Amino acid sequence: MGELLRTSEDVGIWEHRGKVALVGRGHSPVYRRWDGKDMTQTLGALSILAAKAAMEDAGVTPDQIDGVITCPGGQSNGALMGAPWGPGRPYFAAPYDTEDGLSKVTAEWLVRELGLKNVKYVNSDGDNLFMMVGQGAQAVGDGKCNNLLILYPAGNLEGRYQQNESTNAPGPTQWTNPWGWGMGIAYPFAEYCRKYGSNHDRMAPFILNSRRNGLMVPWGYYALHEPYQLTTEDYLSARWICEPLSMLDCDRPVQASACYLMTTAERAKDMKQKPVYVLDYTMSSNRPRSNFETLEDTEAWTDAMARKVWKGSGLHASDIDVFNPYDGFALFTQYFLEAFQWHGVKRGEAHDFYAGDISVEGPHPLLPSGGNIGTGRTRTAIFTDCMEQLQGRAGPRQISGKREIALAGGVLPVNAGWTVFSSIPDA
Amino acid sequence: MPRPVPVPDAVSKPFWDACNERRLIVQRCSACDRRQFPPEATCRDCGSEANLEWVATSGRGRIHGAIVMHDSRIKMWQPLQPYNLVGIALEDDPAIKFMSNLPGVPVHEVPVGAAVEVEFIEASPEQLVPEWRIVG
Repeated sequence: MGELLRTSEDVGIWEHRGKVALVGRGHSPVYRRWDGKDMTQTLGALSILAAKAAMEDAGVTPDQIDGVITCPGGQSNGALMGAPWGPGRPYFAAPYDTEDGLSKVTAEWLVRELGLKNVKYVNSDGDNLFMMVGQGAQAVGDGKCNNLLILYPAGNLEGRYQQNESTNAPGPTQWTNPWGWGMGIAYPFAEYCRKYGSNHDRMAPFILNSRRNGLMVPWGYYALHEPYQLTTEDYLSARWICEPLSMLDCDRPVQASACYLMTTAERAKDMKQKPVYVLDYTMSSNRPRSNFETLEDTEAWTDAMARKVWKGSGLHASDIDVFNPYDGFALFTQYFLEAFQWHGVKRGEAHDFYAGDISVEGPHPLLPSGGNIGTGRTRTAIFTDCMEQLQGRAGPRQISGKREIALAGGVLPVNAGWTVFSSIPDA
Repeated sequence: MPRPVPVPDAVSKPFWDACNERRLIVQRCSACDRRQFPPEATCRDCGSEANLEWVATSGRGRIHGAIVMHDSRIKMWQPLQPYNLVGIALEDDPAIKFMSNLPGVPVHEVPVGAAVEVEFIEASPEQLVPEWRIVG
């Protein structure tokens, strides 16, 4: 697991506030799966595309890159987003002669395959994406490198993954599998609906809005492969996974990669794109009080995250113009929305808010990226959108009004990193 | 009904042994006066190992919440879909939660808030696991 930083509730203003900036973003096309044959669509090949695109976007050459950080398999603790290629299937000619490049992409692999000659900071121990952006910002702020590639590969092979065929329940599963427990994210949502008098159907406007926003993301899965809007009927008739969690509350696993270029504020001034400054990042790692996550846990954890963001950035909810909370189960986005009280939304009010105008054209443009629900499980749409909104190049997704401060974060209420971005370094 | 059989480890063995004697026990830290479940090697609050002890519970609780599994990743459970996933809050300390399928109660008919008491059912001929039934 990558080092968790700025986790304390007493976190102060970040020492590098406004001195680090995102200056480039690159996305590969997003595919549903890798077929195991097309070597232009391996996770490694897509990562090379993404990294080159990020450098091109920033106007930085490979020789200027002196740092690379990755979360190689896409998940914390080195776990893979999907399944490994081997050991049952033969590997290929180099550079695809191990898992590296197929089911994961390490920083070392990328440095080698891009021929980066001046890299002094190599870190393949990035946590999940949301922590890694903060870890990268800290590395640049601390002077470990000046031009850092932040690579996030998200792989998906054929077949279902994480299927458990065991007749025994060892380790942590001894407390869950004898009762067939799983998809516990549905449990606090059921509590939420009971506590606040809502129901699953009231999620529909949020899901439809996210799909609509996602269709305006040119590299996204739905824009590329299923370019049509969902209907309320589609959502309400989606099959249950773990009621009240339906198929359309889940993000679509994909084969894709994305890369960001982060640099110092000083260097950013001379680059191609308008800098997007990092004002703050904070991280949180929690555990349920007992055997599974309850709404009480969820609300306490997300409240604490919001307090940390405000303390760490010196900002308040009313300062946030662009809000991109993670949605890779859509059922938990509401906890973030209510914890941060974006646009005044308090506990129990998210579904009423969803019923209003949350479109990018309207007064409350929630999750203008479309998130994972709108683009597939790349997880990166929220960061790219924060950049593009602040730079004024979000195209049809561009929100109106003030756009100086953006907030993005995830991955779960139990375990999250939040980053505050700004178009001005001393906001 | 066949289900994945818990594999006791050094920390959990007293719990599973007690289940086989139809007793429901949890850990308590005598320094913090806090109960914890699932069991751990140390107290989650103070980190103490020496002050952890096993204590009996009333074996009573209330239904805290319920969801319905339709697409489990656990193969052994797939033939039983859809099935209840129920959270039980222990009467002695409602922060302590157990899992249940509430056998015999149809999905969508779980009475949240109802009183329950523990029973023990076979996961295998050698291992009982706690389950819960509605009382009163």
